[in-house]
Amino acid sequence: MSDAVPPSTSLPAVEIAAAVRRGERSAVEVLEEHLAVIHEREHEIHAFNLLMDDHARVAAAHVDRQVAAGHDPGPLAGVPVALKDNLCTSGVPTTCSSRILEGWCPPYDATVVARLRMAGAILIGKTNLDEFAMGSSTEHSAFGPTRNPHDPARVPGGSSGGSAAAVAAGFAPLALGSDTGGSIRQPASLCGVVGVKPTYGRVSRYGLVAFASSLDQIGPLAPTVADAAAALEVIAGHDPLDSTSVPEPAPELLARLGEGVEGLRVGVVAELMGEGIAPDVRRRVEAAADALAEAGAKVDDATVPAATYGLSAYYLIAPAEASSNLARYDGVRYGLRVDAPTTAAMNTATRTAGFGAEVKRRIMLGTYALSAGYYDAYYGKAQKVRTLIIRDFAAAYESFDLLLSPVSPTTAFPLGAKAADPLTMYLSDVCTIPSNLAGDPSVSVPFGTGDDGLAIGVQVLAPALAEATMLRAAAVLEDAVAGNHPGGRR
Amino acid sequence: MVPMAERITPSDVAHVADLARLELSPEELELFTGQLADVLDHAADVEALDLSEVVPTAHPLPLVNVLRDDVVRPSLDRRAVLDAAPAVEDHRFQVPPVLGEPG
Repeated sequence: MSDAVPPSTSLPAVEIAAAVRRGERSAVEVLEEHLAVIHEREHEIHAFNLLMDDHARVAAAHVDRQVAAGHDPGPLAGVPVALKDNLCTSGVPTTCSSRILEGWCPPYDATVVARLRMAGAILIGKTNLDEFAMGSSTEHSAFGPTRNPHDPARVPGGSSGGSAAAVAAGFAPLALGSDTGGSIRQPASLCGVVGVKPTYGRVSRYGLVAFASSLDQIGPLAPTVADAAAALEVIAGHDPLDSTSVPEPAPELLARLGEGVEGLRVGVVAELMGEGIAPDVRRRVEAAADALAEAGAKVDDATVPAATYGLSAYYLIAPAEASSNLARYDGVRYGLRVDAPTTAAMNTATRTAGFGAEVKRRIMLGTYALSAGYYDAYYGKAQKVRTLIIRDFAAAYESFDLLLSPVSPTTAFPLGAKAADPLTMYLSDVCTIPSNLAGDPSVSVPFGTGDDGLAIGVQVLAPALAEATMLRAAAVLEDAVAGNHPGGRR
Repeated sequence: MVPMAERITPSDVAHVADLARLELSPEELELFTGQLADVLDHAADVEALDLSEVVPTAHPLPLVNVLRDDVVRPSLDRRAVLDAAPAVEDHRFQVPPVLGEPG
């Protein structure tokens, strides 16, 4: 081994922050090293809709000046962070990868963006997503697909595919995404990085462009569990600007990561280990269960009988909420306007030109599910299934502290493989949707590879507000597989 | 299962598109009708569950009104907000005629 200082692009976020705070690395140098990697490979990956390099250079120089003056810039000092492009950034375009918002600059920062800035993080760019976060492959972007850094012929997953690819490619040691039905965890699994969906209400949604408001939650994607924990400590905690924000301070996560799983009861969700899940994915979940057992957890089979019905409920509830949320894009107050002689005709012309096919499909599905004569048969029933899932999880958590399941039924699939068949694409989300319907936290942890050599993540699920316990188990899995998976650790 | 007679039709989709202020070409209407029918058919798998005694859930949290003191504080700058609009007139959003011609 050489004694040379390793480039910051090989370090996890927490080590970068520690070195910057001690004055051992300059935030400007850290930023330039990451920008160099981006300039090398971004043309191939297309993780970003927009690079904020000028803003970032100013912010990094400010962090270095703070350190030189003896001040602490914060727990994420000098850490380059990539932001999913549905998080509002004051004065910086926020597109949701949609033509309807192209060029729009929000007049305010999302709460998570403001908290990252306060913590000394360096915001380096806005990442690509499926339009309005509707998709599982990042192919439904108005600006073209993002590619998986481990195999550019394959998708990175979605909808936070740009954020997951940015972390996996070494463009940033930390990214934020949003997760409505798996949009953080599934791309994390396919790109071999850690992705956390916190408890609903744990992280303020103020400034997150709404898709399905009762399901959306912001969370981190990172190379390591510790990095994700550090980010969550910064962005979590009550926010008066979000009326669904849980009135609790940010949880203590990093300090508890090393506590292990001795004595914890972990259940493998039987309903999510059956038909439709690839054998190599199932084997990795079984291996993860063995690893937790070896570390002292009591592992057994668990049952969440309604879990697999979550998919059907989700693809009525989420489009129903989306059809309402996306009614605001009418060409009046911001974004695209296509001129027409009357306001109604202008609304229609604008929405017809501004939305892509997947967004139109979901708006129509949701409008149909909510419409007179169909409400009880579709939306009403879906809401009852949601109740069953919550009940079944509550029953499972009487016997278990944590649950374990696959994240994605398969490894990363080739671009175009599912793009023409929406239902097949939706089936990608079967294992991740139940946590969103219940409002519970879950995490995707890289745990080896499939028969094709591509990354596989396993999912640890926890009851509401039990992120600390959940991440302890994630850390045990990370240790168990260290040096044995393709992404994440660089 | 939802009976075939209740399967979503092109005229249902055209109606829904109209409600959602979307215009579909004849090709899109045909494509979307088939795709929406596939998703709704899949959703019929919940017929296997007994939901008769189950109450609906709209939200994962027991939502209550959030109150705060009525204190005047700065809001978004009006000019910054209007700068984002496609058309403004006298500090207001400007739109084409609302009444008169059919929409």
